[in-house]
Amino acid sequence: MTNSSMEPLLALSDVNTFYGQAQVHFDLSISVPRGHIVCLLGGNASGKSTTMKIILGLVKPRSGDVTFDGASLIGLTTPQIVRRGIASVPEARRLFADMSVRENILMGAFVRNDRDVVAQDLDRMLTLFPKLGQRLSQRAGSLSGGEQQMVAMARALMSRPRMIVMDEPTMGLSPLYVDRVLELIRTINQDGVSVFMVEQNASLALEIAHEAYVLQTGKIVLSGPARTLKDDARIRDAYLGGSEAA
Amino acid sequence: MASWLDYTINGLIVGNVYALVAVGLALIFGVSRLINFAQGSIYLVGAYIGWVAVVQLHTPLPLTIIVVAVAAAIVGLIIERFGLRPLQNSVRIAPLLATIGISFVLDQLVMLTFSPNPRALPSQLPDVRFQVGNGTIGPLDLLIAGVGITSALLLFVFLRYTKLGWAVRATAQDRDAAMQMGVDVNRVNQAVFGIAAALGGVSGMLVGMYYNQIDTAMSLQATLKGVVAEVVGGAGNVPGAVVGSLLLGLVESYGVAVFGTSYRNLFAFLLLVVVLVLRPNGLFASARQAPPEPLTGTFIAPSRPVRIPRWASVLAVGGFAILPLLPVSFYVLQTLINAWLLGMLALSLTLVAGTVGQVSLGHAALLAIGAYTAALLSLTFSVPVGLAIIGGGLMSAALGTLLISPSFRLRGHYVSIATLAIGEIVSLVILNWESVTRGPIGISGIPPLSLFGYDLISPSSVYWFSLAVMVVLALLQGRLLTSHLGRSFRAIRDDDIAARAYGLSLNRYKSLAFIFGGFAAGVSGGIAAHLYSYINHETFNTQQSILALTVVILGGLGNVVGAVLGSVALVGLPEVFRIAAEYRILIYGIVLLLLVRFRPQGLLGTI
Repeated sequence: MTNSSMEPLLALSDVNTFYGQAQVHFDLSISVPRGHIVCLLGGNASGKSTTMKIILGLVKPRSGDVTFDGASLIGLTTPQIVRRGIASVPEARRLFADMSVRENILMGAFVRNDRDVVAQDLDRMLTLFPKLGQRLSQRAGSLSGGEQQMVAMARALMSRPRMIVMDEPTMGLSPLYVDRVLELIRTINQDGVSVFMVEQNASLALEIAHEAYVLQTGKIVLSGPARTLKDDARIRDAYLGGSEAA
Repeated sequence: MASWLDYTINGLIVGNVYALVAVGLALIFGVSRLINFAQGSIYLVGAYIGWVAVVQLHTPLPLTIIVVAVAAAIVGLIIERFGLRPLQNSVRIAPLLATIGISFVLDQLVMLTFSPNPRALPSQLPDVRFQVGNGTIGPLDLLIAGVGITSALLLFVFLRYTKLGWAVRATAQDRDAAMQMGVDVNRVNQAVFGIAAALGGVSGMLVGMYYNQIDTAMSLQATLKGVVAEVVGGAGNVPGAVVGSLLLGLVESYGVAVFGTSYRNLFAFLLLVVVLVLRPNGLFASARQAPPEPLTGTFIAPSRPVRIPRWASVLAVGGFAILPLLPVSFYVLQTLINAWLLGMLALSLTLVAGTVGQVSLGHAALLAIGAYTAALLSLTFSVPVGLAIIGGGLMSAALGTLLISPSFRLRGHYVSIATLAIGEIVSLVILNWESVTRGPIGISGIPPLSLFGYDLISPSSVYWFSLAVMVVLALLQGRLLTSHLGRSFRAIRDDDIAARAYGLSLNRYKSLAFIFGGFAAGVSGGIAAHLYSYINHETFNTQQSILALTVVILGGLGNVVGAVLGSVALVGLPEVFRIAAEYRILIYGIVLLLLVRFRPQGLLGTI
């Protein structure tokens, strides 16, 4: 049993991905230990979002393996992977714009069949995201970007996942909401949910992450504990300086 | 006898029937962004299952409805599972073509099983009328209204309060996000096709009872009406489809009241064209909705065309040219003449659909315009036949382009709908404009083909003439494709936004394509008119449009040699194998389905 707690919750090993002729990932290996926040950093077109899609089964790798809790996810459909306990906060949030906020949050519990507990969980989300309480019957598409991000996170939590994967959760948000989102990710993690997030904003991500990987044109060029990476000169040059200037 | 109230009641009842079809179309479009051209075939199947149940099994009415709904739903599930699911990762045009193929197969199977003759589908309700104000209403009207309202309520409850209903709505709004919530999109598709088919089937049965008649022509009409109602309400919008259907029913009913029965369909299609042009997102779409189908480069499959060496083409043409000198039967020549005429139409369609990416489903209308113009020119104005045929080509080029021009701003599926509607409008105008076209009687006694005063009566001379015309058109088109103009056409097909950003005027290039294509099709129609010596509004029908489309897909979209080869194959092979005429359309449908599934780029590849 000690072995299984040592084993990472999610592991990508030697993943090679192609879009037609073009190779996106080169022997990509990433692991997310249980209870940790792991962050994948990288610029545009580095293959970050594709990594998310690989985990969720939206894109199939040509070779390599993806395991979750020791079992391979290769060959499973996205709904099957979601049922294993992985929830997602997609890039640009991807809410169901014409459905109400309440319906959006409840869609997150689609894989669950315990109606009464789902209702309790909805109340729990409203304490975690108090602002959403007044917005429940509003169309999700009418919310601001920050509020939509809250809905997307609440929606992901509703499946009671063991892990949440997030694609650029702070993208396009006002500074106020950026802090709020980071704080929430930390809270979610403290409740026992592992987090794998893809980010461009390295300085912010390294604040809350335990480990980080840096992806450059499909290859991991740097990885290690977030604390060490924060001080790494290469990260500072490549990302921190850039992101502060921007 | 009929009062305005009667027309209103009739409009609403017919609207209810349309709604049952349109709601299914809207559900399917919402979930898979697909206009299901097979919806009318399910409606037809529903009507005939209803006939079997009522006339042969003597089921009571409630059981009849259940039997029809269940049987139609099963047909829908089969279509989804075997016709469309394998195409999930294909280009966008593939499922569209597959539904067209499926509809032809289903229609023909019904026709072969039950014969094309109309049958009476007796209403199982007492034949009484109740006085309501100054109009009357019968039990069947009430039944149709009841089924319509009940279905709408059930659908509302389903979408709003069931888990699968939520999944349907979520999938319609964002397929990928729905999958990430754990929604099995295949199950959603199944559910939607099952529901759509059940509603469509019941609708067909009710219509059969309403008019106490069913026949296989119902299918295309139902698809067209459903599509009109759906587009009027906004594609994918379920409540919009209901309102659109009622509106369509009323417009038709009042149109009939004022102008007469033969104008019914004309109003439906005019409504469609007006809505497509002015509000392509439908009457109720809000501004936030993206313009329909931002599909760039994904509608038609790119592929590497098969290179045909020049000497092979020259040799083939030469071989066909000396054919009449060899001891071949009239029958062979006759068949090949038909192939050359179809070849001209296919050249036209492959340019418009393949090279410029405007998949036209009403191409036979261009034949009709050319045929009527040429026939009337030579009959009424005694224009020499050669000139009359050229006149037919010019008229098709001009009128065809003019008619289609309001739809130039549309893309993808919407072009297909618009062209289908315009094709129907042309045929309806021919039917109704009696003073010029002689209406349903048609034009007879059209003089035979002649050139410079010499009548071309022998099969070999007609053969040479049509072959020569087709070869000249094919050479011109081949030249066109390698020119700057051809490149611009393909640029528009592959990415119209990028093409526009590079300064190409889409309207001008689409016009040029339709002018050239219209001319080729018009010439084909003109020759056909003089060859047949009799034409009417049904000579050039939707089946010909679909046949031409199959030819074009078979040869490879945009491929000139492919269009000719496809024509010879589709006209010739059924003759070679002596396939009886009634099985031919069935074969064409199956060919189309197999092509879409296994060789979407056609025999010679897309150019």
